[in-house]
Amino acid sequence: MARAVIRLPSTARRGEIIEITTLVQHPMETGFRRTQLGEAIPRNIVRSFVCAYNGEEVFRATLHPAIAANPLLTFSTVATESGTITFTWSGDNGFSVTQSATITVT
Amino acid sequence: MKSRRDFLLAAGSIVFASVAAGARATPAAMHEAVRKVAGDAEIRRGLVKLQIAPLIDNGNAVPLTVTVDSPMTPDNRVRAIHVFAEKNPLPNVLSVYFGARAARARVVTRIRLADSQTVTAIAELSDGSFWSDAGDVVVTLSACLEDIV
Repeated sequence: MARAVIRLPSTARRGEIIEITTLVQHPMETGFRRTQLGEAIPRNIVRSFVCAYNGEEVFRATLHPAIAANPLLTFSTVATESGTITFTWSGDNGFSVTQSATITVT
Repeated sequence: MKSRRDFLLAAGSIVFASVAAGARATPAAMHEAVRKVAGDAEIRRGLVKLQIAPLIDNGNAVPLTVTVDSPMTPDNRVRAIHVFAEKNPLPNVLSVYFGARAARARVVTRIRLADSQTVTAIAELSDGSFWSDAGDVVVTLSACLEDIV
């Protein structure tokens, strides 16, 4: 299971803009590289990332092989109510990681 | 009998084959990728700010920040940001889409660059207009090609 790291404030005031940083462990093999014997290394990348705040989509990304290994994405949202924020990465070879974080809005 | 010359020829062809395998995106492929997201709409310069270092030692992980100057209100917001690199094997780098709850049109990530080139960011606004910014970068160690395992 790939490790994922998420950084966001655990508490926020209502209406405050919070910044979320996410990182997932993944080699992001481009599919353009070859071994020393000349065999192509098959592509193995994370294709998409979705962030949902209490079920409503906040941010979505489509990744291509030009994203560096261990994809990092930083974006922001407005803290509107307490709840859970879920993060889902999916990619080649059935790669799928879901993480969630809770936020308390005062 | 295998001579030294045969060996060098064979070695040369292997090197050539591996370079040829990392084929670069052509300007046509780049144009096609841009038109796929923008359609026939005019792409204007401005609003978008692409931050990338002008000189990059290692093309395998290049920090990139794209910010769009937008109030992000329901009727004036950024729908998506697309990033393209013209000399990578594939011109597409990243597409991000902002939901209704997104507060700022800003994204930070790390990308790979195969060569010294121009990186372009295109933002799609809710009124259907497209805005762009570009940054020239010099890459000393290329991703993709020099990193043979």
